[in-house]
Amino acid sequence: MQFGSLQEIIDEHIRDGQSVALEGFTHLIPFAAGHEILRQKKRDLHLIRMTPDLIYDQLIGAGCACSLTFSWGGNPGVGSLHRLRDAVENDWPRPLEIHEHSHAGMAAAYTAGAARMPFGMLRGYVGTDLPDVNPQVREVRCPYTNEKIATVPAINPAVTILHAQAADRQGNILIRGIVGAQKEAALAAGTLIVTVEEIVESLDAPINAIVLPHWVVTAIAEVPTGAYPSYALGYYARDNAFYLAWDEIARDRERFMEWINRHVLQSRDHAEFLDSLAEAA
Amino acid sequence: MNRSSLNRYTPDEMMTIAAARLIWPGCVCFVGIGVPSAAANLARLTHAPDMVLIYESGGIGTQPSVLPLSIGDGELAETATAVVSLPEIFSYWLQAGRIDLGFLGAAQIDRFGNLNTTVIGDYAKPKTRLPGAGGAPEIVLHAKQIFVVLKQSPRSFVAKLDFCTSAGFLNGHGERARRAITGAGPQVVITDLGVLKPAPDSQELTLVARYENVSVDKICQATGWPLGIADNIDVVATPPADELRVLRDLHKRTEIAHTGDVLRSRKTPRPLISQVNA
Repeated sequence: MQFGSLQEIIDEHIRDGQSVALEGFTHLIPFAAGHEILRQKKRDLHLIRMTPDLIYDQLIGAGCACSLTFSWGGNPGVGSLHRLRDAVENDWPRPLEIHEHSHAGMAAAYTAGAARMPFGMLRGYVGTDLPDVNPQVREVRCPYTNEKIATVPAINPAVTILHAQAADRQGNILIRGIVGAQKEAALAAGTLIVTVEEIVESLDAPINAIVLPHWVVTAIAEVPTGAYPSYALGYYARDNAFYLAWDEIARDRERFMEWINRHVLQSRDHAEFLDSLAEAA
Repeated sequence: MNRSSLNRYTPDEMMTIAAARLIWPGCVCFVGIGVPSAAANLARLTHAPDMVLIYESGGIGTQPSVLPLSIGDGELAETATAVVSLPEIFSYWLQAGRIDLGFLGAAQIDRFGNLNTTVIGDYAKPKTRLPGAGGAPEIVLHAKQIFVVLKQSPRSFVAKLDFCTSAGFLNGHGERARRAITGAGPQVVITDLGVLKPAPDSQELTLVARYENVSVDKICQATGWPLGIADNIDVVATPPADELRVLRDLHKRTEIAHTGDVLRSRKTPRPLISQVNA
């Protein structure tokens, strides 16, 4: 387990062409880490996330991804992810191969990945056209009842990146609030990178809290406000106004590229990114 | 829209209110964002305070004071009886049959209540790429029943879906039961013009009620197939002032909350930005 700057951790652990999952279901989305991937111009990534959200809209629009595994690709409560749409509809800025699931299917795939099983099972995908467009969705017969059960191959990202509230000095990680499939994505990964709001002496975690022990964590960077404009329960709220404003920014290719240049590429780190947004407000 | 006038209302308000009225006290309801979430919360704030609201982000028994913009806003966790992981909500709660009602929207619906939220046009080269499946394909299988709410037009009520994301009655005439799907499927479709229910034998959606000042003719014209019509068409009661007031207060609170400053009462390590202009 290593503590380091986000810059050096992304540089060391993310390689072009890798499968990378930045998880966090609406809550604790690792925006700072995604922006650092964008700054370092990583390419040909296979991005994995249940809900691509704004962070993958940005990575896809900036040309970092060649494929995407996902289960719901909208701007929650607002509408489209325009950069994702442009990639799928018009191959801009490059073609994007998609592997599409339902939430239940993808949750089962992460769970299998964490347990190091070859596939996940669910009563699902009945009557939907999804298996026609995603041949990875198949079925098995239950050996006890002969019932047909849908299967999805395990998801084992080369790298999973999470944002969490806190790490202690040993590198144990505490996550609380809406936890999505973060624990499963973390334990399914080859390499686990975590950004945290703060590093503390003791986590003081309740007995059944979600704690990822230090020996499953590869690297930790302390990045305050690292989930913004998503949120960290107990630290800051989701900036819903930003999610609303993103609709206009992302709708137009030029305006999107200007935004990425001005706020992400021209900022050295997440603190500068936040300052640049404050200046523009 | 004139928000101050409580004797006038919009078709969207009528749709939300008509949907909310169908939710019963004690109902365990799995809701999507948008009109389903608004209708479910309106029911909770009016006639069904003990209903159990479940969002797929893992909040069980959540009681938000404003409508969440996203499925995972912080308030959904902070006001919930329990917050569980996403694999758990879909397996132990939904798949296990613990949900009474799944409440969904869609971009397209066909005569058998099948839903499309994936693409308009061809999947490989779509005209419009929509967000996709989310929780819906399994919600429609495992919730004991489904309500669907969407605006009615020839673009949304189509003879043939561009893509079937989530199963309704498939080809009707008992196919859903033959495929051993446990939930009963879409029992009510609430639109901005009226209410449709599946016919007993064919499961084809049939008009059973209209709103005041909306003609049956208009509803037929807004449907992309020859719409079956029940022998007796009910007229849904106009919303009384107090029902409208609760809905508008909810939307007003929500609007203020979503454009508000994220700094409010938070432990915040550095100043944040409430409005961003490129």
